[in-house]
Amino acid sequence: MKQEQIRELRTIGITKRFPGILACDSIDIDVGEHEILAIVGENGAGKTTLMNMLMGLYQPDEGKILINGRETRFRTPVDAYAAGIGMVHQHFMLVPSMTVAENVLLGMRTYQKFLRLDMAGVKRRIEEISSRYGLPVQPDAYIWQLSVGEQQRVELVKTLCLGARFLILDEPTSALTPQETDELIALLKRMSSDMSIIFISHKLAEVTALSDRVAILRQGRVVYRGSTSEKSIAQLAALMTGHEVNLPRNEGLDSCEEPVLAIDELRVRSDRGFWALDGFSLTTCKGEIVGLAGVAGNGQRELADALSGLRHVDAGSIRFLGREIANLSPRQIIEAGLGYVPEDRTTEGIVPAFSVQDNLVLKDVRAARFSRGPFLKLDAIKRNAEDLRERYDIRCASLAVPAGSLSGGNIQKVILAREIARKPAALVAVYPTRGLDLGAVEFIHARLLELKSQGTSVLLISEELDELLDLSDRIAVIYKGRILDILPAHQATRQKLGLLMAGIREVA
Amino acid sequence: MKSWFRVLYVLLIALGAAVAAIGMGAIVLAILGKDPLAVYTVILTEPLRDMFGLTEIAVRMTPLILVALGIAISFRSGILNIGAEGQIQMGVIAAAATAIFLPGLPKGLAMPLSLLAGTVAGALWAGIAGWLRARLKVSELLSTVMLNYIAAQLYGFLLRGPMIDPAELQVGSGTPQSVRLPRGAWIDRIIPGTRLHYGLVIALVAAVLVYILLWRTRWGYEMRAAGAEPKAARYGGIAVESCLIGAMVLAGAFAGLAGAVEVTGVHRRAIEGISSGYGFSGIVVALFGGLHPAGIVPSAFFFGLLLIGADMTQRIMTVPANMVLVLQGAVILSIISAKVLIADKYLFERFARSLSRRVAKRETGEHAT
Amino acid sequence: MNIFAFITNVLSIGIPFSVSLLLASTGEMFNQRAGIFNLGCEGIMSMGAFLAFMAPHTLQGTALEPWANMLGILAAMLMGGLMGMLFALATVTFRAPQGIAGIGLHMLGWGVAGTLFRFFVGGVTGIPGLKPVFLGMNALAYLAFLLVPASWYILFKTPWGLKVRAVGTYPRAADTMGVNVARTRYQALIAGGVLAGLAGAYLSLGQAKMFADDIVAGRGFIAVALVYFGRWNPFLILGGSLLFSIAQSLQLAIQVQGIAFPYEFAVMLPYVLVILVLAFAGGSTVRGPAELGKPYNREKRV
Repeated sequence: MKQEQIRELRTIGITKRFPGILACDSIDIDVGEHEILAIVGENGAGKTTLMNMLMGLYQPDEGKILINGRETRFRTPVDAYAAGIGMVHQHFMLVPSMTVAENVLLGMRTYQKFLRLDMAGVKRRIEEISSRYGLPVQPDAYIWQLSVGEQQRVELVKTLCLGARFLILDEPTSALTPQETDELIALLKRMSSDMSIIFISHKLAEVTALSDRVAILRQGRVVYRGSTSEKSIAQLAALMTGHEVNLPRNEGLDSCEEPVLAIDELRVRSDRGFWALDGFSLTTCKGEIVGLAGVAGNGQRELADALSGLRHVDAGSIRFLGREIANLSPRQIIEAGLGYVPEDRTTEGIVPAFSVQDNLVLKDVRAARFSRGPFLKLDAIKRNAEDLRERYDIRCASLAVPAGSLSGGNIQKVILAREIARKPAALVAVYPTRGLDLGAVEFIHARLLELKSQGTSVLLISEELDELLDLSDRIAVIYKGRILDILPAHQATRQKLGLLMAGIREVA
Repeated sequence: MKSWFRVLYVLLIALGAAVAAIGMGAIVLAILGKDPLAVYTVILTEPLRDMFGLTEIAVRMTPLILVALGIAISFRSGILNIGAEGQIQMGVIAAAATAIFLPGLPKGLAMPLSLLAGTVAGALWAGIAGWLRARLKVSELLSTVMLNYIAAQLYGFLLRGPMIDPAELQVGSGTPQSVRLPRGAWIDRIIPGTRLHYGLVIALVAAVLVYILLWRTRWGYEMRAAGAEPKAARYGGIAVESCLIGAMVLAGAFAGLAGAVEVTGVHRRAIEGISSGYGFSGIVVALFGGLHPAGIVPSAFFFGLLLIGADMTQRIMTVPANMVLVLQGAVILSIISAKVLIADKYLFERFARSLSRRVAKRETGEHAT
Repeated sequence: MNIFAFITNVLSIGIPFSVSLLLASTGEMFNQRAGIFNLGCEGIMSMGAFLAFMAPHTLQGTALEPWANMLGILAAMLMGGLMGMLFALATVTFRAPQGIAGIGLHMLGWGVAGTLFRFFVGGVTGIPGLKPVFLGMNALAYLAFLLVPASWYILFKTPWGLKVRAVGTYPRAADTMGVNVARTRYQALIAGGVLAGLAGAYLSLGQAKMFADDIVAGRGFIAVALVYFGRWNPFLILGGSLLFSIAQSLQLAIQVQGIAFPYEFAVMLPYVLVILVLAFAGGSTVRGPAELGKPYNREKRV
């Protein structure tokens, strides 16, 4: 088994249920030798769940996995690796406090001697793999010292070191710049002469550039299987979403009447103590959406924290409607009228154990509308929730269910409803559509544009270039804690933004 | 169908937890060569036989309710108060000192003042741990445990030194205890001839107040939010650190009050070992009562029964009363494990599926025959 | 009083004092490196101290007497391992919250030791005159100090140590690499329990030469604090253990000197020291195992 080439991998009727959802519904896919299969689908379509079953992380409730026609069961990832299947996960499976070599060694029984680690052996193996595929890595570097692109290389090398001859890549481009993405695609094409690859993505341009065949998943089912070249990108998109989606676009004109949020020469430290924001300046105007593009980890998180009062500002100023808000408390900033849609909706946006109606007043329990003296006005809280549920189409069995039990899109609606109901003068939205299906994305984009038309100034922090191009009046690019350039939306292109995100400024 | 599965699932886990807790106690009893069933019968029924047993249960309930209420507030706010033992002792000392050093006060003033002093002392003592956690990120689990040991030494020092009954030094055996409190500071007995006192009423009123605080006021809302998801609370403009300190101060206040009620209502002088494990028992009572006042009161009754029952078993069956500690430890481990399992949607889903498959199989089987 | 003699005196009392702390906190370090915070250490030590004491107590005058200490120590380690396993059952298999589970385990261990002791022995009793024993207590002390470099080596240079660090920092990554997270955590908790049991045994057999309900007197909790203070590193933990035990022996030495000072305040000293140490350690940016205190569920979607 160990040495056997995987000529064909096939799943028959794979089904997996999670509480409340059917994640995979009788899925059949097959991949042949030296073939690249793209698995395409929206977030929540069941792609990752399916792959985790191929890797032995989840057990399928029904169905079989066949390798070269023989039924195989993977109880743990060890079984999958033994059969030659390896996976690069979307969230890298690397222990940050350990070195590259240690991370590789963790999965390699052969170098785990009795009471001893064969470091020299594992380093030789890393050398061998990295020179064979042209993937330079430093075995002694700690993972936390590496950039996202470097970490991905390590993930690939690690998976190959473990003997993978069948590679699964889950959304490998989600944290890369457009240029890094191109390099990765070229690399994978080269590697396909050596092995079969499953490539999971929802970015259709990459799918058509790379794959031979495609399987489209929608709500846990395969809705299309076939050769990639037979369908256009538009046709694939329609199959993926189940309907033609035309995301709303910002048709407004960019003219600044009055500044709302003026950030000037901001300096903020990261958790590790270095300057995450180092002279960051940006101004947003009334009725304007400013997009902030950039590869994750260039100071977006710290900027959002500083704006909401959760991180100390060491220097510089944040003027909101002419008033200095740097280093005010979160409460003071909320009361000044700054709305906020946090990055992690399930732990920062809502209190998951609280009911929907309680979450809808999270920022307003002190307001006279919802409390008299120290006592809560339970009736008013309930009425408020009923009203917002109607207006924002929040789907929940009852307003008393824990908000954490709602789907991602509905949780985001709860957060937006709460924020917009407060009539903010400015709204900071951090990755507001990450991981949502297109229907929810459409709803959220429409709400953001509506806010703009009402005169609210929106700062949209996102890593989806399409979202930024659709919604923004101007797009600023953050790189290593400062603004590298600001482009009016009509002048911005994916290519230009990509170069800026990589830190390359075109010579004018 | 599904709701029936749910009921069955919860019942099975609860049953499993009960069996585990009772079983752990039974193993220890078996090692002692006692019949576990006989011992459990004595523990659970003996105190219920007469007035004495019943009133003594109520006497134990009073501090248990108060301590558990405070612990429920702290747990719900995301800070675990393990230090009630020390806070009780600080409450006892402060209440006794107030009563002793202000002897001339009328009853309407002396008793409330003593209780207030005990409450404040407990609150301040717990506040140290709350402040350390909120400002310096010191684990409250460790700091409250350390403060327990410190409080015990401080208590011992005061009772052996500055506050010792002068009579003990002159004619007595030197037992470390204070003089008897002046009558003005006493909480009256409800039933003369027993030790049952009006402190129980204070505890029951406190239970209602804690319910209102936690679920009917914005303070309670903010504290619960800070405990349930501190990050979201912070983004929501709630000062999480203040909630932590506030919750800890309240928890200490209730423990301090428990101490003050105990000394003014039951012993009427500060003696050694007055807290008698109420601090730890309070944790069990609070968890068993679901961290809710409506659950804490019956739960306090049950553990009051266990405490008295264990005392009686010591006399009747020579099983050391430490046995109650064994049961409490076993109950904690079982309850928190069961709670997680009951909340585990994945496990329930799997349970429901396999059950419905089995039911379906039986039905088709019946049709076939 | 010669200052040199005084220092020698302090050290000669203090260093043996550090043995039980060192053993317990090294065990706790393995627990925490694997991501589990075991506050029940105190209860395991109580049981260990009790069982180690029981062997010479019951075997007095029998043929097994020369082996009694050895048997006691083994019993303590065995029980420690079992209690570690019980804790793993609650916190790894059932994923119960660790802080409060630790308190439960502490109450259980403390309660069982107290119950059995009172039933079978009664009041405070010393251990019958220590006959020449198979394994002297000094040997145990040397073993404890040897454990420091050994556990450093185990943690950083062996496959098992690598797995322990991985499951404590990023269990999902370890899982995808074929490391059995639950098994590794069980192993670490059992190892920690064995060491805590041994720490208890040293306390009753080697240090106090007697047993009482409250013999551990918070050393288990102090051991947990020392792990934070020692940054999850065996050598720093050794430093912490020595610091504490020397502070304690210093306090004893001062009392012996006859300086008027209420002894309660002297007894308080180590506990106050723990709080101070934690307060200063808390502000630092060095972080422990990232997943410390969090249960792992493979089936949970992320």
